[in-house]
Amino acid sequence: MIASLLILGTLGLIFGALLTLAHQRLKIEINPLVEKVTNLLPGANCGTCGYGKCNLLAEAIVKGKVGLDLCPATEPEVIEKIAQLLGKEAKIKERKVARLLCAGGKKNAKESFHYFGIKDCQAAMLVAGGNLLCKYGCLGFGSCIDACPFEAIEINENFLPVIDSEKCKGCGKCVDACPKGLIKLFPASQKFFVACGSEDKGATTARNCSVGCIGCQKCIKVCEQDAITIENSLAKIDPEKCNNCGKCAEACPKGIIKSN
Amino acid sequence: MISNNLNIFLIFLSALLVNNILLIRFIGLCSFFGISQRIESSLGMGAAVTSVMVMSSSITWLIYNFLLIPFHLQYLRTVSFILVIATLVQLVERFTKKYNTNLYQALGIYLPLVTTNCAILAAAFLGIDYHLSFLQNLIYALGVSLGYLLAIVLFASIRERIIFSPIPKAFKGVPIAFLTASLMSLAFLGFKGLFRL
Repeated sequence: MIASLLILGTLGLIFGALLTLAHQRLKIEINPLVEKVTNLLPGANCGTCGYGKCNLLAEAIVKGKVGLDLCPATEPEVIEKIAQLLGKEAKIKERKVARLLCAGGKKNAKESFHYFGIKDCQAAMLVAGGNLLCKYGCLGFGSCIDACPFEAIEINENFLPVIDSEKCKGCGKCVDACPKGLIKLFPASQKFFVACGSEDKGATTARNCSVGCIGCQKCIKVCEQDAITIENSLAKIDPEKCNNCGKCAEACPKGIIKSN
Repeated sequence: MISNNLNIFLIFLSALLVNNILLIRFIGLCSFFGISQRIESSLGMGAAVTSVMVMSSSITWLIYNFLLIPFHLQYLRTVSFILVIATLVQLVERFTKKYNTNLYQALGIYLPLVTTNCAILAAAFLGIDYHLSFLQNLIYALGVSLGYLLAIVLFASIRERIIFSPIPKAFKGVPIAFLTASLMSLAFLGFKGLFRL
């Protein structure tokens, strides 16, 4: 009885002492600034900054290794707050948003065959490059939705992902997730974009999909800023020249110059 | 019972495959189902279990053989072993946090979770019940923990793949995971014929 009490007591004491010792010896000095900056960062741990986790980026920011604007998901106001905390000048980068360069979907893009496999873009891509006649078309299985750390993407009834430009932080995860390379980052100030990625000839595009850019040049004619060019039968808007007048969107016969 | 002169390699293989702690002994199943949604997190849990299990079974073996047996206090083993494991997890957490932040980040939440993992306690008990020597016990713990790692990573990779499959509505989620685990267990039962212990 006494022996058991003694042994258990001694063991407990030894372990307690060890823990106390460890607590003192292995104390970690945490810079309180790091914690404050971590709380200000988005906390999605998306890894776009290259640090893997938000608290690691906060540490780098506090140490001055990187600029304040490395994280694309941080709002300008928040960057200013961080700058105030650290007593630094805030440099604010232009916000970017992801946009889907396809308007096809179930209704408009023609299928080349019925696909019954795994409901995943990468998997569908392996079968003859997807089940659409248009090889640039969105397959609509939503790999981008799984990749988005901010829940900014939803799939609509036409099986096309819709990116909420308010929620989108421009981290670019969906850009990497799309096997067709259909999602691109645009500066948020450029309102209008061509929702088509088809570089096929106009006639081919028209055959494959009812909402593909056929390179008809109507948008070029109405643009007063000369901001639109056509490369490989696909209209492109130059964000430097575009003044967001929206005339091209009205002129487009396919209605695929969209704004959000 | 395992005899003393048994090949160390056999002990390792027996702990790893033939008597796999998760799929044959059904010990530590809570974490097996809880932390097997993604391969990454299952790897983290497996690594945490491996490191803690090897250390804790060595220390508990020393305590049992040099403290409890001489005083005929074998009935105290549960209490004292839990004491050892809880302390050890705390210590390891402190150490990694101080000296290897990356490892600490990688193990993350899984390290504290190991404290309440019954597989750790079971490995300590089994090593003693088999009357293993210190070295054999070390190898045994290594085998058990790597068996845990193997089983949970295999299970997680199957679960990652299975969510893409057309599963009947009634089986979605946990039910299909149970079925998967039972089939894996049956498959591991095949190792029983390898050799007998």
